[in-house]
Amino acid sequence: MANDPIHQFHIQEYFPLGQFGGMEFHFTNSAFAMGATVAIVTGFILLATSKASLIPGRLQSVAELAYEFVANTLRSSAGKEGMRFFPLVFSLFMFILVANFFGMFPYFMTATSQIIVTFALAMTVMLTVVVYGFMRHGFGFLGLFVPHGVPMAVVPLVSAIEIISFLSRPISLSVRLFGNMLAGHITLKVFAGFVASMASLGAIGVGGAILPLAMTVGLTALEFLVAFLQAYIFTVLTCMYLNDALHPGH
Amino acid sequence: MSDTGSPGDEETIKRMAEDEAALSARLRALSQKLDKASEEAKAAERAQPSNEVNAQGMRLAFRIVGEFVSGVLVGAGLGWLFDRWLGTSPWGMIVLLLLGFVAGVLNVLRAVGKVAPPEARQVSSRAKKK
Repeated sequence: MANDPIHQFHIQEYFPLGQFGGMEFHFTNSAFAMGATVAIVTGFILLATSKASLIPGRLQSVAELAYEFVANTLRSSAGKEGMRFFPLVFSLFMFILVANFFGMFPYFMTATSQIIVTFALAMTVMLTVVVYGFMRHGFGFLGLFVPHGVPMAVVPLVSAIEIISFLSRPISLSVRLFGNMLAGHITLKVFAGFVASMASLGAIGVGGAILPLAMTVGLTALEFLVAFLQAYIFTVLTCMYLNDALHPGH
Repeated sequence: MSDTGSPGDEETIKRMAEDEAALSARLRALSQKLDKASEEAKAAERAQPSNEVNAQGMRLAFRIVGEFVSGVLVGAGLGWLFDRWLGTSPWGMIVLLLLGFVAGVLNVLRAVGKVAPPEARQVSSRAKKK
């Protein structure tokens, strides 16, 4: 059981929350991980900004770094107008980043390794894009799907392809984050499992176990990089999609 | 086997020389092959990128697979819904799955930067019109 690489993704129900609409809801380890993530992010920001001073302390510097990082990303891809979405983008970035890093703790659930969580995040982004796009541009938002300079005869075909391409965005956005976290954690667990099973073979096994151990150490470092990078990629793509809502172009 | 000169001996010597020639030819071919193999291995080692580059390639691969598969999945899903609502089975599925493939390819081309995203393309076509 200890060597089962999938075991870490099992949902464990801690206690029932009650029934809503004929479905039973439980407080699970995934819910706990997400709750802890939100608590940590909120606590960190509150703590860092509680004693706001002109010369920032250590915590405040970190918070300012995070703010500057996300703000620069948003400004560079969605322009100054994009800053109205800053709360959403910053929350998404911090949530994914902290959830990914939480997953690096042993015995801790990686909330972002579940497709339903990442899909919910992606749908939040896409619904924001669609709702805001229609609110701001009315039906002009649909200009996104009708490229200029295309002969009338093929416009229906091109529009259909563009619409499918647009609808596939939340899926690719969520699958990318989910796939990276899932694959990374499984790889890590498989190599760690090699260490355990080789070491149980005796003296030669222990000697041989050094190789997968070194690999595990390397992969752990790589996973930390991936955890940050995936949060960043999600943020960048969010900014690009929000740019669509602001400037559907026509 | 000294060269005392009986015809049988001569024959043996000739055969031995031939054998030797064949052997040395084989040896040469083998050493050439070995050289080539070791060179190839060296070249592969040189081309073998570090772990870092491998990870980058893997990320790119993940991304592109995701882009393509999501296009196909959305096409299939829309086709299924169309058929369910309009009772046009199997035509909605066939047409939309094909369109989904096209959209997947479009997604991939956009991901690798071969095709401009919709907004950019519109801007450039507007600029051209002016």
